Amino acid sequence: MSAREIRNLILSAMAFGVVALLPFYDTGYILSIATTMAMFTVLATSWALFSGPTHYISLATAAFFGLGTFVTGYGFQTMPYWSLPLIAGVLGAGLAGLVGMVTLRLSGVYFVIFTLGLAELVRQLVTWVQNRTGQRGMYVLTSITERDIYWQLLGMAALVFLVGWLIGRSRLGFALRIIGNDETVAKHSGINTALAKVLLFMVSGAAAAIVGAMLAPRYIYIEPSTAFAPILSFQVVIMALLGGTGRLWGPVAGVIPFTLLWEFISRHAPNQTLLLLGLAFLLIVYVLPGGVVGLQARLKHRFGQGGH
Amino acid sequence: MKRRSLMTTVAAVAVMMGSLGAASAQDAIKLGAAAPKTGPLAGGADVTHWPAVRLWVHQTNEAGGLQLADGPALIELIEYDDQTNPQQAIQAAQRLATQDRVDFMVAPYSTGLNLAAAPIFSQLGYPQITGTNVTNQQPELSAQFPGMFFVLGRTGVMAEDTAQVLVDLRESGDIGNRVALVNVADAFGIEMSGISRAVLEENGFEIVYQTSYPLGTQDIAPIIDGAKAANPDAFIAWSYPGDTFALTDQAIVQDFAPSVFFTAVATAFPSYYGRFGQQAEGVMGMGGVNPDDPAFQAFAEAHQELAGQGPDFWASASTYATLEILGQAIEATGSRDRAVVMEYLQDNSNSYETVLGPVQFNDMNDNERYWTVGQWQDGVFRGVAARGRDGVSDVVLKDGWD
Repeated sequence: MSAREIRNLILSAMAFGVVALLPFYDTGYILSIATTMAMFTVLATSWALFSGPTHYISLATAAFFGLGTFVTGYGFQTMPYWSLPLIAGVLGAGLAGLVGMVTLRLSGVYFVIFTLGLAELVRQLVTWVQNRTGQRGMYVLTSITERDIYWQLLGMAALVFLVGWLIGRSRLGFALRIIGNDETVAKHSGINTALAKVLLFMVSGAAAAIVGAMLAPRYIYIEPSTAFAPILSFQVVIMALLGGTGRLWGPVAGVIPFTLLWEFISRHAPNQTLLLLGLAFLLIVYVLPGGVVGLQARLKHRFGQGGH
Repeated sequence: MKRRSLMTTVAAVAVMMGSLGAASAQDAIKLGAAAPKTGPLAGGADVTHWPAVRLWVHQTNEAGGLQLADGPALIELIEYDDQTNPQQAIQAAQRLATQDRVDFMVAPYSTGLNLAAAPIFSQLGYPQITGTNVTNQQPELSAQFPGMFFVLGRTGVMAEDTAQVLVDLRESGDIGNRVALVNVADAFGIEMSGISRAVLEENGFEIVYQTSYPLGTQDIAPIIDGAKAANPDAFIAWSYPGDTFALTDQAIVQDFAPSVFFTAVATAFPSYYGRFGQQAEGVMGMGGVNPDDPAFQAFAEAHQELAGQGPDFWASASTYATLEILGQAIEATGSRDRAVVMEYLQDNSNSYETVLGPVQFNDMNDNERYWTVGQWQDGVFRGVAARGRDGVSDVVLKDGWD
């Protein structure tokens, strides 16, 4: 580990420490926005772990997230609460592994469409089971507060960053970068491309399922139509792309401004929210094609040259 | 564009300054409302929720505002779009409470959004009087959220009453005992179908056809096909707005006309009669009102005038009633202090005069008097079954689609 890496690690740990103190400052409005940010930070970062290096755009976040909320919905009365995110993670990884093995041989737009359909598929499956068993909408009534959820999400974010950092340093991370650049070359170099992709897809699926399990007590009423709402998948992609997927911290740089922008628009133009969001997104893509990460690289490049 | 937005800003500032001047005697009571303006439930909220809320605010302000101990106070309504998204519903409630510092909040639209927002209402001490939340969990919910009140009724009771209508018709020899039962495969449809099936079987009915279909399904023809082939006396569909219209359409196309034709949500919408006209005669659905009640007639007329559309014949009135209840509690205490108003609401001995008739909450914050089944008769959706309400009309048998 180089001195620079140690410095970064210490700085990140300090940043997490500071952010974790937030609930002592405010438990209302700011905490509720911060909880949303924490949720999207985990989702977008774990999404970028897979989609960043491989360039496979996955729209399956809602499928894993919804699965996680249902794990909590079914289990919170009979099982200890701490075990639920774990179970959700295992199931999420399992589903991702299953789906990955079948679909990661697809590439480009075929994969995108399949992942979009996955949320719908899982939703229909859950509904079918509920219909068969006469199960109804679930009420997750607990004493868990927003503050608890916020801390859980922060812990999860730290874990995702750690995993991402480790993967980046490992042979797996190297293999994925090669796959992203040229899959044929990767295959010819003896990399088991299918295995590498499936493993990473499982990491991101597990993370999304865990987030779902953690958020179920916040929503209280769990029904398939809101748990598997496809808009979540798109939000995650938009935020990650806004930040840029080239760096581990990229998605966070998208999540924070996008959540603030969303809140600003919701507050000041309640009748045109979606319209303005769409315009904002067009503008962002036009002005910042490489996301915030790309902007940083461009600035560095420009000022680096100017110095000579 | 630019000039126009500048003009709008100037006008807005002028209005604000004007209202500041007017309100100097007594600050306006700020009322926050977050409900769908976009997303899957925006259509329903546009019929049922928003017009009723705006109408109550408009009428109350026309009448000089609410009478507090230190004089009258006008109401200022602040609206947000929750995008039919629980995440946004939570954030909007939080924003209304802590940023806009509203004095009171209108309960959100639909069961799911009401429950997502419930912890915020509860933590910050806002009464949450719900008008579009149908559930069977009143005991658990009122224990966890003592400031949550239920005006619309219980799902279980509505399913039971619908089955009871069939039982009564059979007792009087009007129909046989063959029933086709279908439902949208969703929490609501599954629950209602289960309860009504149990009641029907208990009473010796024969379920000759039962199926379900996914939410948002496009192809409804096979369902009507199957139901028609089973030749039932009654057709019961626990359906949502889209499929309520589609099932009716398809039944007309295939000329499937059992003596009882029941579709659930949105049958009570004026647009249902607008679409099917005379053919809607005799169709039954959830909800109902007493259209002969002068209070409802006045409400419907004012609704038509302000919103340009009539109220629906079910939850519009209960949404409006939630605000009548809130307003009466504020006036009775003469206070804008939420804790004081909450205490008044939680006192079971208080009762409220509303467009639904008198409303009183039991020890589970539950209103026990409401309409359960309605039927289109002469262009009006009349209540044909109710708990504790006057003016129940007789059921008529459906006589074909022409």
